[in-house]
Amino acid sequence: MAAPLTLLLLVAVTVRAALYRSSLADLISERVEVVSPLTAWKRVVEGLALLDLGVSPYSGDVFHETPLIIYLFHFLVDYAEITFMLADVITAVALYLSVKDYNKQVFRKQKYALEADRYPLDCLELIRSPKEMQYIPLKVAMFYLLNPFTILSCVAKSTCGLNNAVIALFVLSTIKGNSRTHSSPAEGNSIYPLTLCAAALLYLLQRQYIPVNLRRFSFWWFVAQYAFMYLGSLFVIVGLSFFLLGSWDFLPSVYGFILSVPDLTPNIGLFWYFFAEMFEHFRLFFLCVFQINVFFYTVPLSIKLKEHPVFLIFMQLAVISIFKSYPTVGDIALYMAFLPVWSHLHRFLRNIFLVSCVLLACSALFPVLWHLWIYAGSANSNFYYAITLLFNVAQILLVSDYFYAFLRREHHLSHGLYLKRKDGSEATLVLK
Amino acid sequence: GCPKDDFQEELVIRPLHSGDIYASFQFRTLWETDFMRGNKVSHYRLFPKSLGQVISKFSVRELHISFTQGYWRTMQWGQPFLPSPPGAELWVWFQDSVTDVDGTWKELTNVLSGIFCASLNFIDSTNTVQPSASFKPLGIGNVTDHRFLRYATLPREIVCTENLTPWKKLLPCGSKAGLAVLLKSEKLFHSSFHSQAVHIRPVCQDWQCKTTSWELRQTLNVVFDLHTPGQGKLEWSLFKMFSRTLTEACPLASSSKIYIDITDDPQGEQFEVSPATHLLSQAMVLGDRRTFSVYDLTQQITFGTVRSLNLLIRWKSRDMLRPLLHAERYVAGYGLQTGEIHTLMYNNHPYRSFPVLLLDSVPWYLRLYIHTLTVTSKGKDNKPSYIHYQPSKDRVRPHLLEMLVQLPPNSVTEVTVQFERALLKWTEYTPDPNHGFYVGSSVISSLVPSIVAMDTNSTREQPLFSSFFPCKEESSYFMRVYTEPLLVNLPTPDFSMPYNVICLTCTVVAVGYGSLYNLLTRSFQIEEPSPGLAKRIANIIRKMRGVPPL
Repeated sequence: MAAPLTLLLLVAVTVRAALYRSSLADLISERVEVVSPLTAWKRVVEGLALLDLGVSPYSGDVFHETPLIIYLFHFLVDYAEITFMLADVITAVALYLSVKDYNKQVFRKQKYALEADRYPLDCLELIRSPKEMQYIPLKVAMFYLLNPFTILSCVAKSTCGLNNAVIALFVLSTIKGNSRTHSSPAEGNSIYPLTLCAAALLYLLQRQYIPVNLRRFSFWWFVAQYAFMYLGSLFVIVGLSFFLLGSWDFLPSVYGFILSVPDLTPNIGLFWYFFAEMFEHFRLFFLCVFQINVFFYTVPLSIKLKEHPVFLIFMQLAVISIFKSYPTVGDIALYMAFLPVWSHLHRFLRNIFLVSCVLLACSALFPVLWHLWIYAGSANSNFYYAITLLFNVAQILLVSDYFYAFLRREHHLSHGLYLKRKDGSEATLVLK
Repeated sequence: GCPKDDFQEELVIRPLHSGDIYASFQFRTLWETDFMRGNKVSHYRLFPKSLGQVISKFSVRELHISFTQGYWRTMQWGQPFLPSPPGAELWVWFQDSVTDVDGTWKELTNVLSGIFCASLNFIDSTNTVQPSASFKPLGIGNVTDHRFLRYATLPREIVCTENLTPWKKLLPCGSKAGLAVLLKSEKLFHSSFHSQAVHIRPVCQDWQCKTTSWELRQTLNVVFDLHTPGQGKLEWSLFKMFSRTLTEACPLASSSKIYIDITDDPQGEQFEVSPATHLLSQAMVLGDRRTFSVYDLTQQITFGTVRSLNLLIRWKSRDMLRPLLHAERYVAGYGLQTGEIHTLMYNNHPYRSFPVLLLDSVPWYLRLYIHTLTVTSKGKDNKPSYIHYQPSKDRVRPHLLEMLVQLPPNSVTEVTVQFERALLKWTEYTPDPNHGFYVGSSVISSLVPSIVAMDTNSTREQPLFSSFFPCKEESSYFMRVYTEPLLVNLPTPDFSMPYNVICLTCTVVAVGYGSLYNLLTRSFQIEEPSPGLAKRIANIIRKMRGVPPL
């Protein structure tokens, strides 16, 4: 397994290095679909230049990265390209290892369930074999590294790549069950990965064989331990950020910026045009609604998917990428990397052709309509906004389709694959 | 007795080499009083009451306000006596007894807006800066803490008769007597450049500076275009310029003079002035010693037998001139996403280099990237020795960039900086958003080396036009140059769409919510086909009869 992975890494690094040397690198780093005010490399350089001038980078409104990025790039600004390529490689390797471990556990659970005769007889074709699961980790790494979205994000030197690396390491440490290296992923440019802690908690509970029962002491004791460790690491990181510049200026500049969305630069998300056209009276209300929208799926999804925490992580990442305030294509690439893990669901997916066509068409239309609006002046902002809407609807359909397929497979595994109605004829399943 | 006050008026007419003519009016009122003490001043004679009340109520130490229409073309016209940027410019030094400078500034701009009938109420924190070096006080006083200084420009402000009328009302004689009768708006606004300003500052009474008095200068600069229809080709007269002639001086003025600049033509070879006068005067202004023919309006003999004075200047030939310091500015780039501001500063001195302070106040919606700042002179990098940069905060304050650049002799220095254009909320656009947004002029302040020795004795009896800027040393004089304002287009959203956008975006969010809600709350069940309508009705009847259903 190491050889194909190494070959894949080499190919990925070569592609990125070739693009760095070409003239496309400057073009890509200006694209609003790839960089946002939170993740743009130009702003990181501007923040470092402000620091050199003796002005705090947070005194203006141009720099919105955490001080840890200043720490990192103060020394590495000349090796930025290597840093971002390394971040992509780390993400791919972390995802590879975590999916490999997860597959082992899935197979082990399946084996126990088969021995305990828990599956109905006619759903044996739904059972997965080790042979089919063998290439999944490599496919996951490939889906991440060779995804055009990831390549664009890396060539633009968007700090989204670094965030993805941190989240991938978080997933890896969760799946390995190693609580010691488990740390808060919220130090990236985002507060949204806070929702991943619920999924991680459920996974660790499952691994320790602690049942999710609100009446048992062992459950609450584990939750308390986990919360303590999570909050502790969060405070350590915030404290480190404080000590760089000796002030709390970064909190409103980074987290306040993410929550209050003052910058309306167009991107592929839903927030910018909505708040550009918002009536001033309702601005705060809708801001709260949209921000709560990202967080409040955590509890219902956790309750429904408490037996399947890794799928929960996938759902959470997807919800965050679609509904966050400044999404970029790098965020999408991260949750799309998980799709090969659910490749066994393909027989239950209903809309996959439509969704992939729409996603491809929208990805092609984004730069065209941007050019028409900003440079040619023959279209206006509505065109770009329409493609944004379509792109997000397609992503929502994709995610809900996979969710449907997953739940349906679970239903079949407990009730049998070929279902019959009372009179013996073939039945159809609906959601009621 | 009541404090002494004094009023002087003068008009300087300078024929320019391009054939245009530059007329500069200055009306100065000196009043030996103290607005700052507790005793309320109630008896106003020559000093306008509205401005006196403004000074005492807002604890103003210095106030400079100008309204300008048009842009001063330095290359063709030389240097103005009193430079001003297009639009409205207001800078004020407050006394150090003021505790809330920002609040006082806001009230002051609103009151001035009423006095001058101009929309100065658009001055707020998003276009106000506190320059640290470029605007030192022009009057006496030792407060140099730039917390008490506020500077704002409104490059979009238009000047018209509505602004001239209240300005004229502030003069002691109004527009009824003296030089102010020439200020007729139909001619004044039919010009290439028109600027009216009010400057208030404390000055020393005499050389020892034992007492101070308040000086109010009202200045009006106008350049009449050679090619405006109706103007003679190479002949100018007061009647042609202002459609009036002078009949008397203002009775309240202690001095009322007209100066015609004849330095370029001392022998009378290039143009001639009539009626001729024997009074000559010399003054040091803008680094040059210039000679003037003087007409004293307080003398009856100036008006001659016809009891009216119509000065006539007739040309004979032309020449070119080069100012020592001059600047240009423009926006480069294409599209509505990014751009670049280029500022060019020309030093035309053959062998001397001198430093200039460049002040740029760029609105917050053009996000400057200071790491892209480059300063090049003669193709080589020219690093500024002092940079003061205050980044902008969205919707709170603009960018402030001040730097000290050394201009090499006989060279062009180019300062470039890249910016990104922001998308604003739909309510933040003006009613004509495709006109573009204005960026105020850059200010270049500098001590330019002087060819002749300047006069540092500021309280000596001098014409008003040469005594505006204080002169501290003999070898150089203070000059301030304003560049062009910029007009920048920003990307606009569709203004007819707020309701539609809210509906559509909420629909997409609801699609997400709906799908996830369905999958979370419902479970899979086998679908029982529902029987047709006829069968259902039959089943109901059967149930009523007590018979088993179909």
